[in-house]
Amino acid sequence: MSLTMIAGHEVHVDDEGFMTDYDEWNEELAKTLAANIGIELGERHMEAIRFLRDDFKTEGETATLRRVTTLGGIPTKELFQLFPKKPAKKMAYVAGLPKPAGCV
Amino acid sequence: MTMTMEAPIPVFEDEESEDRKLAIICSKGSLDMAYPGLVLANAAVGEGIETHLFFTFWGFDIINPKTMGHLQFTPVGNPATHMPQMIMGLPGMTSFATHMMKKQMEGLDVPDVPEFLEMITDAGGHLWACKMSADMMHLGKDDLYDRVEAVISASDFMELSSGAQIIFI
Repeated sequence: MSLTMIAGHEVHVDDEGFMTDYDEWNEELAKTLAANIGIELGERHMEAIRFLRDDFKTEGETATLRRVTTLGGIPTKELFQLFPKKPAKKMAYVAGLPKPAGCV
Repeated sequence: MTMTMEAPIPVFEDEESEDRKLAIICSKGSLDMAYPGLVLANAAVGEGIETHLFFTFWGFDIINPKTMGHLQFTPVGNPATHMPQMIMGLPGMTSFATHMMKKQMEGLDVPDVPEFLEMITDAGGHLWACKMSADMMHLGKDDLYDRVEAVISASDFMELSSGAQIIFI
């Protein structure tokens, strides 16, 4: 974990670049993080991101795709359109959360 | 004055995963043998890997709408349950063990078989049925789960799995 700059803010990230401090994240940063991986954030992206943030707060771990679908109400197909190829990891990155640890 | 470095950007390796292809052959129809294939397939599609599931022989129970929701787990002949085999063969033990396993899976937030297949196909995974097994069981494409793309022969499978990593379960 090291202190780095993202969009003019000092934030802590791990070796790969995932943010490690929940409270350092904000929606402005999310835009930069998304742009870093070629995604332009729309309202639907933000719904997924906000669900992930809220869920992490209560559960203490990053939600799996299935949770985002069943509890967050965003269908699997749409998640793969919003965050192509690797939705779980890409969402976690943009949401400033660790990669999901679950297998499903 | 110390300079703070720009944060690294994770490498999601989209191009590399685009080239990667995985084919999983599901040949068993018990609950405990259905899950490994489904878990791996689901993980693979989630990594952007082109994923194919080929169902053959007893694996047909996973894609037969009549059975897919009722796969069973039997502790008989399975030393890994660490239970006396004579007791495991008693009437009712299979449904008891199945019930226990399903409860554990649910506790881990693992979906049941039909929902799992829905997730995998929504994520872009492909389902195929083996022709020889279909003939043997007198089942056609219409008798199978509607997301099975086609009933294909062993040589068709060889063609579509060209360049893929293959897992046999």
